[in-house]
Amino acid sequence: MRFIRKYFLKHSKKLETASGKGAVCRVCYGILGTAILILLWALTGYVLFSRPGYEQFSGFLPIPTVKALYLLLLDIDFWGSVCASLRRVVVGILIAFLVGLPSGLLIGYYGKLRLATDAPIQFLRMVSPLAWMPIALLVFRTFESAICFLITMATVWPIILNTTVGVSHVNSQWINMARDQGAKDRHLIFRIILPSSMPYILTSLRLALGVAWIVLVPAEFLGVSSGLGYLINDARDTMEYDRLMAVVVSIGILGFVLDGIIQLIRERFKWTWVS
Amino acid sequence: MKIRIENINKTFNLPTGGPLRVLEDMNLAIEQGDFVIILGESGCGKSTLLSMLAGLLPPSSGRIRVDNKEVVGPHPSISTVFQQPSLLPWLNVEENIAFGCKIRGELDDLEYRVNEFIEMTGLSGFEKSHPSELSVGMACRVSLARALIGHPEIFLLDEPFASLDTFRRSRLQEELINIWLSEEFTVVFVTHDIDEAVLLGNKIVLLGGQPSRIMDVINIDSRYPRKTTDESSFHFKTRILKKFKKAFEENRGL
Repeated sequence: MRFIRKYFLKHSKKLETASGKGAVCRVCYGILGTAILILLWALTGYVLFSRPGYEQFSGFLPIPTVKALYLLLLDIDFWGSVCASLRRVVVGILIAFLVGLPSGLLIGYYGKLRLATDAPIQFLRMVSPLAWMPIALLVFRTFESAICFLITMATVWPIILNTTVGVSHVNSQWINMARDQGAKDRHLIFRIILPSSMPYILTSLRLALGVAWIVLVPAEFLGVSSGLGYLINDARDTMEYDRLMAVVVSIGILGFVLDGIIQLIRERFKWTWVS
Repeated sequence: MKIRIENINKTFNLPTGGPLRVLEDMNLAIEQGDFVIILGESGCGKSTLLSMLAGLLPPSSGRIRVDNKEVVGPHPSISTVFQQPSLLPWLNVEENIAFGCKIRGELDDLEYRVNEFIEMTGLSGFEKSHPSELSVGMACRVSLARALIGHPEIFLLDEPFASLDTFRRSRLQEELINIWLSEEFTVVFVTHDIDEAVLLGNKIVLLGGQPSRIMDVINIDSRYPRKTTDESSFHFKTRILKKFKKAFEENRGL
């Protein structure tokens, strides 16, 4: 820990500021936590797969996984799969956002609509998105569309619910002020409610991304021939367990990076809490 | 613009189910150019009355007329300054001041007018600052400028200086009087501070009782600027205090 801290302080002028030291601490603890995770992984893997008859599963251990990950990163097909998975997640969330945001705004704004939609939304959001799989395969012509549909079904609910919460938390004094200044319903929605709900909307996107990333892998077990879920299935079929773990690790890293990007955007809208 | 408050009653339904009568049988005539103070203790329904004047809250019975037209919603000639500055944190000072003009579509010379009010309220140099970077006094000024930029004919203020210290409050009181004397609009100013009432108003409406009624209307014709140490201020203050004391004793059945 001390060594890592020293290294960061030495190599980054920016981190030498007071807030920089806090950032260094965060990074140090992050590295420490990850190191513990890898250690646990190595220990569990060693205990499980060093038993006689289980040697073929040694690919699940960290060192073979890292080697496979290195090869995977050099493989153009892997990046093709990453792009395919990202495209499905982006399309799925985009559709969910286009449906969920206006729905959330209207449900949050109109009390009667909120009462009418509460039960159906609670019912639908409790249905596992994967339960829609047979229906998706019947309704959609391509597996691609079916996967996007599943992601949309998984992500639309957190977007609707969080947006609704954001709208119901709008400062009523802002509404009174705006009405006093001559605001009509459309002004209230676009100039007061939407900007003040923005932190909630971005939180909903963060939740949606997490859910989409989880649903993506089983959804890609459907008949597609690209994507991270497909790669896992493929590695399992060919018994390349080191490659399978490498894909699992890359899914985690990609999810972590995407979440970080949304966190950065959320920082931009911190003012609502400041006020 | 004249305001007529006719037989106003206001009752709220409590969450427990019972009714709470806040205002009873209110009748008041406010003339063009008046500086009316609504004075009463906290919780007596002053802000409720102001919200009804602003058209943000309907009365339970009775009616409010502005130039013979009944108030049924926010009126373009009426502008309100609320107890909290209610600035939008995602907009800077300029944008907050221009907010009302933009939604009303009054875009002619907007930049010039905004600058004029920024100067008038002493906010020069803070045009691009966001509300979180302003002091409470400056936020109050922004809220005043936002309400004044549309040149309202009736200006409603709900204890706008309550959260300020004495120095800032007296400076803003002076500024408000200067603006009122030059623009000649009608002001309805809610406060629970007797000193403030005597310094600012030319007509003081005393609210009291449970539910609140108009106990008295006192006309003050002394010249501006006034001081709390002036003989006439002292006289009116004593008169108001006596009135409230009497009402308090009557309520307790003494």
